Order: sequence, then C-alpha cells, then structure tokens
Amino acid sequence: MTDTIKVPTMAEMFAAGEKPEVLFWVGCAGSFDDRAKRITKAFVKILNKAKISFAVLGTEESCTGDPAKRAGNEFLFQMQAVTNIEVLNAYEIQKIVTACPHCFNTIKNEYPGLGGSYEVVHHTQFLKELLKEGRIAMEGGTFKGKRITFHDPCYLGRANGVYEAPRELIRKLDAELVEMKSCKQRGLCCGAGGAQMFKEPEKGNKDVNIERTEQALETTPDIIAAGCPFCNTMMTDGVKHKEREADIKVMDIAELIAAAEDL
Amino acid sequence: MQYLPNILFVVVLLIGTGYFAKNVGKLRRNILLGKDTDVSDDRPTRWRNMLRIAFGQSKMVVRPVAGLLHVIVYVGFVIINIEVLEIVIDGIFGTHRVFSGLGPVYDFLIASFEILAFLVIISVVAFWVRRNIIKLQRFLKPEMKGWPKKDGNLILYIELVLMFLFLTMNAADFRLQQLGAEHYLQAGSFPVSQYISNWFIGMDIPSLIFLERTAWWLHIVGILFFLNYLYFSKHLHILLAFPNTFYGKLGPKGKFNNLEAVTREVKLMMNPNVDPFAAPDDAGDVPSKFGASDVMDLSWVQLLNAYTCTECGRCTSECPANQTGKKLSPRKIMMDTRDRLEEVGKILDANKGEFKEDGKQLLDDYITREELWACTSCNACVEACPVSIDPLSIIMDMRQYLVMEQSAAPSDLNNMMGNIENNGAPWPFNQMDRLNWSKES
Repeated sequence: MTDTIKVPTMAEMFAAGEKPEVLFWVGCAGSFDDRAKRITKAFVKILNKAKISFAVLGTEESCTGDPAKRAGNEFLFQMQAVTNIEVLNAYEIQKIVTACPHCFNTIKNEYPGLGGSYEVVHHTQFLKELLKEGRIAMEGGTFKGKRITFHDPCYLGRANGVYEAPRELIRKLDAELVEMKSCKQRGLCCGAGGAQMFKEPEKGNKDVNIERTEQALETTPDIIAAGCPFCNTMMTDGVKHKEREADIKVMDIAELIAAAEDL
Repeated sequence: MQYLPNILFVVVLLIGTGYFAKNVGKLRRNILLGKDTDVSDDRPTRWRNMLRIAFGQSKMVVRPVAGLLHVIVYVGFVIINIEVLEIVIDGIFGTHRVFSGLGPVYDFLIASFEILAFLVIISVVAFWVRRNIIKLQRFLKPEMKGWPKKDGNLILYIELVLMFLFLTMNAADFRLQQLGAEHYLQAGSFPVSQYISNWFIGMDIPSLIFLERTAWWLHIVGILFFLNYLYFSKHLHILLAFPNTFYGKLGPKGKFNNLEAVTREVKLMMNPNVDPFAAPDDAGDVPSKFGASDVMDLSWVQLLNAYTCTECGRCTSECPANQTGKKLSPRKIMMDTRDRLEEVGKILDANKGEFKEDGKQLLDDYITREELWACTSCNACVEACPVSIDPLSIIMDMRQYLVMEQSAAPSDLNNMMGNIENNGAPWPFNQMDRLNWSKES
C-alpha cells in the first residue's frame, strides 16, 4: 500500500492557471467520517494512478444542504446551495464527480434550479467510463471466486436510476455478484436517508439497517459492497450487530478497485 | 303505457348520471382547494406515462399474481362498457340487441364479453380469498380496519353480482332465442351462459322473459349504483388513475422542488448589493406559511393523489420504516389526506361553500409527527405505486411546516442543522479541517 496521495485543490490549480478535468466533490462524510475517509483516499489513489487531472475544493467546500432539505429546512438548504454554487461558478466548474449519492443527487438535480448547472457523475459511473476509455485497467485476481452483494443506495438507484455502473465494476473484478431479494428498483433503504443518519430512529421492531443486513447475509456474501458512505456506515454497524465482522467486509466500490489494483 | 319502460329507463338513467355528475363537481371543487402548481411541461411524456402506466397497466404486473388478476378485471370492465352502451340504447328506444346487425362481429363481441365476465368472476373470487382467507399482510395494517376493509369487500361483491346478472340475462335470452320468442332475435354467441341456460329448460316463455327483463334491469341499475358508489369509495381510482398518471411527477425521483418563496428571500440575504428596504413590495407573493399543516396547503396534484389512492398498500409493504415496525405507512398518509379533505368538503357544503375553522387539521389530528419523522425519503413508496402517487411529497411538505413554521424538529436534527449553519457540515467539525484527510495516513 502506498500512502502518499496527491490531492490538488482548486485554489492551487487556479493560482497556477490550470483547470482540472473534473472536480472531486468529497462531501462531509468523505471529509470527516473516519470510515468514509478511507473511501475518499481509495478513490484518490485510483485517480492518481490513472493520472486523472482533478482537484478538490478543500476548505472551500461546504455541506450541499441535503440533510437540511430532507429534514424540512428549505432555508438552510438554499443558503448552503447558493453559497456552494457561487464557489463552483467562480471556478467555472463543468464536471463534478462525487462518492456520495446524496451530494450527487442534490448537485445534479436541485442546484440547476438555483443557478448551478454542472455535469455530475457518481464515482462508480466515472470509474466505469475510465475503464471503458481504457484509462484504467482492472486486473481481477484478488476477488476471484468471492461472493459480493451490492446494496443499492436509494439516492443513486431509485432516485436517479443508476443501477448498472456499480454492478459492472464488480463483475470486472472477477467476483461473483449475488443479488439480495430486494435490489435495484425495489432495493431496501439502509435507514440513513432523509436525515435519519443524524437522529435516533422512531420506535419499531428493529432498525432498518439490521433488516437490510439480514437481507444481505441471506446471500452468504464474503463482501457487502456499497456506493454511499452512509450506507457503508449503516451496513458496517449491521454486520457488527450480527457479530459477523470477522468474516464479512463492507466495502465501497472504490475500495474494492483500489484493493484489486493493490493501491 | 307501451312506452312506460322507456320513460322509466330514461328517468333512472338521468337520476343515476345526474347524481354522479353532482358528486364529480364536488370532487373537482375539493381537489381545487389545493394550491396551484404548474404541470403544463413536457406533455408528450405525460401522455406517454398515462398510456403506459394507467392504460397499459405497466406497474401493476410488478407483482405478477395481483397484476394478472387486476388486468383481467380491468379489461373486463373496459370491454363490458360496450355492452353497457347497447343496454342504454335498447333501454331508451325499446330495441333489443341493437348492435346485432353487426353479424359475426357481434357474435364475437358477445362471446368475448362472456368469457371476460367469467374470468372476472374467477379473479374477484381470488381477490376476495386474498383479502379474507389468505390475509395478505398489506391488507391487515391498522389503517385497514373498519370502512376501508368493508369498502374493499363491497366492491368485490358488487362486481360479482353484476357479472352474474349479465350472464343470467344472456342465458335467459339464449333460451328465448332457441324457443323463437317474439322480439328475441337470434343474435350473439354464448360460450358461458349457454351452460347456465340449461338450468332454465322447462321454463315457459313468459317466465323466461320475466327472468331476462329482471336481470337486464338489475344489471343496468346495478351499474348506475356502482357508478355512484365510486365517489364514496376507494374505487375512484378506476377514473382518476388516468389524470393522476398524466399529472404525476416527471424527472428523477430524487429531485425535490426548490421552494420559490425561499429562493427570493435567500437571494436577498446573500446579495450584499441589494438594499432590502428598496426591494419591491411583493408581500402578496409570500406564502402565508411554509410547508403544509392542512390539506389546503398541499397542491391540487397531491389532493388528486389522495382521491386516486385505492389503498392497495404496495407503498406500505415496500416502506423500510413500515417493514421494521414503525408507525409510518405511506398508504395511511394518503388515506388521512383524503379523509381530511372530505371533512373540509363537508364543512364547505354546510356553510354555502365557505370554510369555517373546525379546530382540526391534517397535522396531529390525522398524521402524527412520529410518522413524519420516521421517513427515510427513500422513494420506495413512490416507486411501488401503480398509479404515480407521491406520498413522499406530502411527508416532506409537512416536515417543512414543522421545521420552518414551528421549529419543531427532533433535537438531534436541530443539532445537525446548527452544525451545517455554523461549520458547513452536519457534524461539529471545523470547515478549516476539511482537507485534513489528505494528510492523514
């Protein structure tokens, strides 16, 4: 594993008179959450290896406002949105890639109405494109024969119809892709969306992430793959709750690829 | 006296359709209590959605068993309306089987009606068994007690009776044709009712005519009764599914509207060059409140959604909150919205069209906060609905009311929002530390 990663910021690039091909929107989870930071780094390692010209906003990035909007605080959401759009427009950003489906959905669908129109792609879509263009090459092996099940993030799948990109990448790993009983359009939420991540769940028989983890375990997977930092946390907690963390890993698609490439 | 049946028929028909028209007017008025919303965009896609989803039943077959049964009943009802047209013409002019001049085409039509009627009977029995004997989970939720349960069964009974009357009518007619009774010309083909007619062998012509006329009258009166029952029932979906799929949400499911009134305020706040006191006085455009606490705060499309809901519960059975035993049920959100809207409609009726506060509202009196806060906004309910109903939009509008009007979010969410406001992240981390990850090993 190499530890040095290159993470240029927009400010640096701008000062040097350069323009990156794509802005990597890291998101709050990807910046601050210890588990999600590993996803962020895995993705950057892939970008570095593929020599993609990218930059992050760094300290100029702020929450997209997604949890505020879903909690009902439209004021706070729009304050965040307008602030972010000002920064993005000032740097004349055209293409944005993010590893967080919530940031992806908000910037892609809700920012245009407030003056921020960009080409927004999820990192799994971006990686799929790189693979197609031959800018990254994936060599299977590490995951050969492993059973991987993919948990569809609601804000990537149902909300935006992206089902195939992550699956295609998993197949490229030479792994066996196994589907849960609720998948794709009928995928079950991890329990974190709609600002649920930040509060205690309402009373019920069980927590949503436990239900979803049980569905995942039914496929007897070696790895539960996710494409969202919040899903990742929820599924990791679920696996721990079931005391299966010794034999089942929860990994983001970017981490899978980084591991396969021994980055 | 000769024209008595014709006159009687016209009177019954006028009462039946007149009362229905009156209730449609009420329905329209209630739906238009909702706020205006612009749904004039992309009409080609809207037409396509209606054809595909309502007419083509594309989302019904996601669940194959219920889907197939539903398609049979649906096709049966659509086709049998041609028969109703003949009955109406015969009733007004005293003719008998007025379309019989079509010859083989008529034989084919009658035969297909009969087969469909038979399949409808089988499907209706299967539906009844699913509701009352197999007791499918989604028909047993708390919101399905009382009237909703009764309503569901009543519809099945009516459909069953109507189909039996139709076949009895044909069976008696077939027998009369065989006997060469006057007025009963040889027409039609009866693949199902010919077997029923075997039971009538030995009956004389007057008795058979009495039987045929009774079945004919009960059949058409039954249809008129059923038409008028719709307004009081969840069964309105057979009409409203069409406009509802037309006006349903377009674009990605994850895209929530940006509140325009808020946009204006935010732009004023964020722009240092604007003198707020010089801003044009557009107080008239500012909504009296943000979000929704009662049905009048919702859009008319959301109210149309509520009347369209047929309480099938596919939304609720896909809802992650409901699956894990929480109080939220998207179906209940729609049923509550309709119940409250009906209540408001009754107040309007009682006060010459004027609304008088009754001390109640949709929030708290119908939908509790616990339900609203249990939603993960995952869109499973929206995806599951076979007729493009969007329960999530109502939940979100009501959350907006709770947060922006009442500051009544759960305290954890208030902390989260405070963090976003102060640090630009939902957690209490400093914005200046955002890039620290790149230096950590």
